[in-house]
Amino acid sequence: MAGSRVIVVGAGPAGVRAAEILAEAGLAPIVINEGSRDGGQIYRRQPDNFSRPPSKLYGTEAAKATALHAAFDGLRRRVDYRPDTLAWNVTPGVLHTVHHGQTQDIPFDALIVCSGATDRLMPVKGWNLSGTYSLGAAQIALKAQAVSIGRRVAFLGTGPLLYLVASQYQAAGAEVAGVFDTSPFALRVKALPKLLARPAVLAKGLALVAKLKRAGIPVETGVTPVEIAGTPDAGVSGLVLRDRAGRVREIACDAVALGYHLRPETQLADLARCDFAFDAESRQWLPTIDADGRSSVPGVYLAGDGARILGADGAEAAGALAALAALRDLGHDVADGRIDALRRDCARMDRFRRGLVEAFPWPAANAAALPDETVVCRCEAITAGELRRVARAMGATEANRAKAFSRVGMGRCQGRYCGQAGAEIIAAAIDTPVESVGRLRGQAPVKPFSLSATPLADQKGTEQGTPA
Amino acid sequence: MHRDPDGSDRVGPDAGPPRHPRFVRLDETGRTPVRFTIDGRAATALEGDTLLVALLSNGAALRRSEFGDGVRAGFCLMGACQDCWVWTSDGGRLRACSTSVADGLSIATEQPEASWPVLA
Ligand SMILES: Cc1cc2nc3c(=O)[nH]c(=O)nc-3n(C[C@H](O)[C@H](O)[C@H](O)COP(=O)(O)OP(=O)(O)OC[C@H]3O[C@@H](n4cnc5c(N)ncnc54)[C@H](O)[C@@H]3O)c2cc1C
Ligand code: FES
Repeated sequence: MAGSRVIVVGAGPAGVRAAEILAEAGLAPIVINEGSRDGGQIYRRQPDNFSRPPSKLYGTEAAKATALHAAFDGLRRRVDYRPDTLAWNVTPGVLHTVHHGQTQDIPFDALIVCSGATDRLMPVKGWNLSGTYSLGAAQIALKAQAVSIGRRVAFLGTGPLLYLVASQYQAAGAEVAGVFDTSPFALRVKALPKLLARPAVLAKGLALVAKLKRAGIPVETGVTPVEIAGTPDAGVSGLVLRDRAGRVREIACDAVALGYHLRPETQLADLARCDFAFDAESRQWLPTIDADGRSSVPGVYLAGDGARILGADGAEAAGALAALAALRDLGHDVADGRIDALRRDCARMDRFRRGLVEAFPWPAANAAALPDETVVCRCEAITAGELRRVARAMGATEANRAKAFSRVGMGRCQGRYCGQAGAEIIAAAIDTPVESVGRLRGQAPVKPFSLSATPLADQKGTEQGTPA
Repeated sequence: MHRDPDGSDRVGPDAGPPRHPRFVRLDETGRTPVRFTIDGRAATALEGDTLLVALLSNGAALRRSEFGDGVRAGFCLMGACQDCWVWTSDGGRLRACSTSVADGLSIATEQPEASWPVLA
């Protein structure tokens, strides 16, 4: 009970709210965070010697950002905060961490994983050219470093973040070449009933688009990406796309921010051996959770964008809810009313999430249509043609046993950025449903790191490379 | 559009001085300057810059892809893609997007004493 060892991974909105509930209950949770500062992605904090005010950094969300930062600052003496620490593996009852090259294994009674999301990426010919960044990267450059990823930036992909980041660039004085959305506008209308689950968020989204248009920035929907143009040595020089009217055009730019909404970071859940299920709406594998964030493994809880892309408010609610579930499972008294209210919040957020998936769908057909010479795996320059050859040579049955996949999951990013498109390419090549080609499993270490001066002196400098 | 006259972005020890920064500073330019070197040449960044921002404010790329498809300049900026590895002159590997630039740092855009084919 009071002596229970609870670990929270992540200090974004979900992790902070989870830690807060645990501290309130008198537990002193360990909070593991890869970054040096709390806030997570959306409320990412800038370095200490930067001076932009919260209103400039977080716009309409400034009050929420400051509240979350203040909440965590207030917790610092009641939680064991471990920044710059990567949780790199989970084995039964033990979280494996590394901090500045020093590893530590921490036993737990409950583990709440709030690992957030990364951009969901659809390759396009030329996306391996320098100057192509993930949409999230474009935002991090601006938020955390006050720089633009280029002189003239085109935003390509789909999802609400596409418009948000473009408008943040415009407001910060960067030149925006345009916002090019693969989703047709009609889908947004169709998704309205679900999007109305959060009218205020919907209104903010509409205001963003209006603001971009007022600023004279081209905003196009229903486009098909053709190619990011440029040369291997100079990088990006333009974006070629087929517009809604079927015309192929090139937009001059020296940087492309590319993103198709988000995908949960589920490696730790995978390593903890949590069950996953295929979510047909978003066409991706998600860890199975109950309404409160319990995974299929007792003692392991999943919350925030790392489980479902509910957005920042949803992450706060889900983090709190998962912590209450953990407390209850550890034998603490938790009032039903608190849980019920948070469940209602999360259900509303989930309805909105499904609206976003409907309005800004993952363009699976684009993967199937990628020209053979397109690099799919940026890490090791594996092309769509190579993947198709491997899948076809193997035959549908074997590829269904997920072997065809291994080629695209072996690079530096461990398949984070090519895995989902790779599955679509393989599935289309052998004419089988995407869920039947399986999925890439999270592998330890979840990210490569170097060991230094560990108690085992002979390990100095040993690489923990990306596993095969 | 900015482009080297010869169309190349210069990385690697023999590539000459880095030109045409890829990144554009929009704000927070009043910070204390930090001096470091890129492939032996002097460069300046600002305190609080990540190494990635420091490098791409001085040139257009970080390294050459070991798979022969051109130069690389990072991709995710959040420690997830590992596209931004560079080296210190004594051979240590750094992930540029999650490392802060520091006075006196000496950066190599090619792995010292390593030959690319080994990795290919
Ligand atoms: C780049 C990016 C930008 C975004 N920008 C916006 C935005 O502007 N507006 C918006 O509404 N939504 C945005 N989102 C969505 C946003 O992430 C969420 O709404 C919200 O931040 C989710 O909160 P979270 O706590 O679930 O995860 P996050 O805020 O992502 O926090 C996760 C935390 O976990 C840590 N972590 C992850 N894995 C490990 C590990 N293995 N070991 C140690 N620590 C770990 C990370 O360092 C991070 O601090 C963005 C997402 C991304 C990926
Ligand atoms: S740019 Fe992706 S890890 Fe540094």
